[in-house]
Amino acid sequence: MIYREAGQFKTSYAADEAIFPIIQDRWFVAAILAIGFIAVPILGNDYWLGSVFIPFLIFSLAAIGLNILVGYTGLISLGTAGFMAVGAFAAYKIATAFPWMNFLVVLILAGIVAALVGLVFGLPSLRIKGFYLAVTTLAAHFFIEWVFTHFGWFTNYSFTGVISSPPIEMLGFVVDTPESRYIMTLSIVVVLALVAKNLVRSELGRAWMAIRDMDVAAEVIGIPMLKTKLLAFAVSSFYCGIAGALWAFVYLGTVEPQAFDINRAFEVLFMVIIGGLGSILGSFLGAGFIVLMPIAITNGAAVFGAAVPADVLSNLELIIFGALIIFFLIVEPFGLARLWQVAKEKLRNWPFPY
Amino acid sequence: MNFRTLALPVIAATAFAVSTGGQAFAQAKEQFMPINAYWTGPYAAGGSAFGGGMIDYFKMLNERDGGINGVKLTWEKCETGYKTDRIVECYERLKKNGPTGMTLFHPMSTGGTYAVFERAEKDQIPVITLGYGNTAGSDGRVFPYLFPALTNYWSQNTAKIRFIGSQEGGMDKLKGKKIANVHHDSAYGKETIPILEAQAEKYGFEVKHYPVVHPGLDQKAIWLQIGRQYKPDWIILRGWGVMNPTALKEAARVNFPRDKMVGVWWSGAEEDTVPAGPAAEGYIAAGFHASGTEFPVIQDIIKHVYDKGNGELPRERLGSIYYNRAVVWGMVSAEAVRQAQDMVGKRPVTGAEVQKALETLDMNAQRIEGLGATGLMPTFKLTCADHEGGAAVKFQQWKGGKWVQISDWIETDQSMVRPMVEAAAAKYAKEKNITPRSCS
Repeated sequence: MIYREAGQFKTSYAADEAIFPIIQDRWFVAAILAIGFIAVPILGNDYWLGSVFIPFLIFSLAAIGLNILVGYTGLISLGTAGFMAVGAFAAYKIATAFPWMNFLVVLILAGIVAALVGLVFGLPSLRIKGFYLAVTTLAAHFFIEWVFTHFGWFTNYSFTGVISSPPIEMLGFVVDTPESRYIMTLSIVVVLALVAKNLVRSELGRAWMAIRDMDVAAEVIGIPMLKTKLLAFAVSSFYCGIAGALWAFVYLGTVEPQAFDINRAFEVLFMVIIGGLGSILGSFLGAGFIVLMPIAITNGAAVFGAAVPADVLSNLELIIFGALIIFFLIVEPFGLARLWQVAKEKLRNWPFPY
Repeated sequence: MNFRTLALPVIAATAFAVSTGGQAFAQAKEQFMPINAYWTGPYAAGGSAFGGGMIDYFKMLNERDGGINGVKLTWEKCETGYKTDRIVECYERLKKNGPTGMTLFHPMSTGGTYAVFERAEKDQIPVITLGYGNTAGSDGRVFPYLFPALTNYWSQNTAKIRFIGSQEGGMDKLKGKKIANVHHDSAYGKETIPILEAQAEKYGFEVKHYPVVHPGLDQKAIWLQIGRQYKPDWIILRGWGVMNPTALKEAARVNFPRDKMVGVWWSGAEEDTVPAGPAAEGYIAAGFHASGTEFPVIQDIIKHVYDKGNGELPRERLGSIYYNRAVVWGMVSAEAVRQAQDMVGKRPVTGAEVQKALETLDMNAQRIEGLGATGLMPTFKLTCADHEGGAAVKFQQWKGGKWVQISDWIETDQSMVRPMVEAAAAKYAKEKNITPRSCS
């Protein structure tokens, strides 16, 4: 009843090509953005902003990056954590070498460095695909981790290899409160998500999807394999690199290879699978599920007080989490994004489905 | 499957859980202590003892003395899985708990220490890292809220070289000797490399570093090199977790004498030697505290907590290395609060007050005796500039299924460590644009 596009006519190509062609969707997105930019910083406390929303946003960004590669281009990658580490260390090196530089410029440069590294490790994707590609990206992950632990140059010869990140500065303004860090992260994520959304709707995005659906057919109709696949790796790594830099600078406050271990790569892959392959919205939903669920379970059990011992609780967290993943995959194998779509279709007919 | 009937309770429960979590329970006359440890994951053997031992000590204080000067201790557990991001999450979740917020914070991980100490300085919560953490933090002028108290990694290392020297019959006998440093290839493992190099130069011995990749289950190649090619006189084992028993077994395989192997205190617990079986016999490890249950403080815990069935751990773990370490951590935490109460009055104290108290904390022999911990821990004294306290180190040997003390408290070489700490702190201060505060 409320969600119905009857009476909304498209009179121009621009209207037809809009990201959100239905007016209710536009209002909905505007409302979400308003909540994100205004309500959350006002109502949220340090804990909510610093430890819940910022990790969620950063992981959403990493999931978008991986989704471009896995969901849109069909190239399976386990190198996400490695590319995140490249972004983090690149940002650290750039920020310490040029302390006067605006943090946003540092971020973009770090993303570009990660993109170049991704380009190199994307080369094997021209010859191998599927699980074999997953293995080569896994090798990339371990190679990157090894480089950062063994060459002191990357950590400015710190004897421990763990370095605290330099302060975040832009235009003379130091970003250090949870509110400002949150707003900065949110702005970056919103802009990059918009770019990603438009990218996958562009010619390049369609070429990616053609490769995903059948690479031989895509080649036959004239899509250049080399350029398209490598661009997918580069763009994906750019996103992951920026996510890694944000993770190190904005959330942890330290730059260390251990923060980007192989579990991190699996985590992001789960986000993409649970959220929905080939969906920007799904990246957010998946990140929300994986980041927020463990915190919700621990906090939820805390309500019952000391009745649940911490050791039981921590195992319970893993059990519930695993059960929920299985549950969602059985109920909706195409991910949370698909659930959302089904819900919207039902809503169009509501309350008179016949 | 009907999605709606299944999903609605889940969503409702999640929403409820999210909305009610993280609240502060404000009550008077209580002192809140965060207990973030790891009951799951690869390092749970240590983590469960750390969390349980500290809680046992606090329970005993509440039961025996009614808290600290009438202020009851409260705590909340937080599972970190030894993961840095979860430690940050625990820190943020617990920091506002209790009437005065979090009193102090034990990150229980080197990575976690680096991640929280800057925010803790902003929030005015002291970060205590007894026996681990950021070595440079010993310079209190640059790191006012970081307390790597008792003995940091570098100091421990100098004590170890002194111990080796005493076994050889004098520091001058170290000349020309060969020492292999078998270390965990991580921030923690690499931390002692510079101090070892400096000592090698000073005493004229040769040192070679052998990194072991996490988690350290495959060390065959390294031990062949050590046993067949390098043939060192001594080995320093700087491992963590499953790497330690593996190293001991490999050492037995290449027939390297175990009584020429000296472990650091993260390689010297029952959890490291028992799985190695007979291969561990004769192995030596450092410690900043003793094992055993004969100390009055442990007896009090048994009497007031375990005999009433309130213990956190199985009884047989009492007196183990990791358990006693946690009790020492608990004692230092409680004494910091007591000291702060002496300075500002017998009420719940804030993090900033505890920070000031820690900088005057003098754990002398008399105070340790009052706690019933003589022989359990060394004496140390913190000041504004010195956040370490220069405690001595003891060495113990694994004999017949238990740790036996084989040395007295061996003093560390502060004349070497302190200048290096100050240089590292100065480098950090320069990088971060910090003007060190004056301590005079």
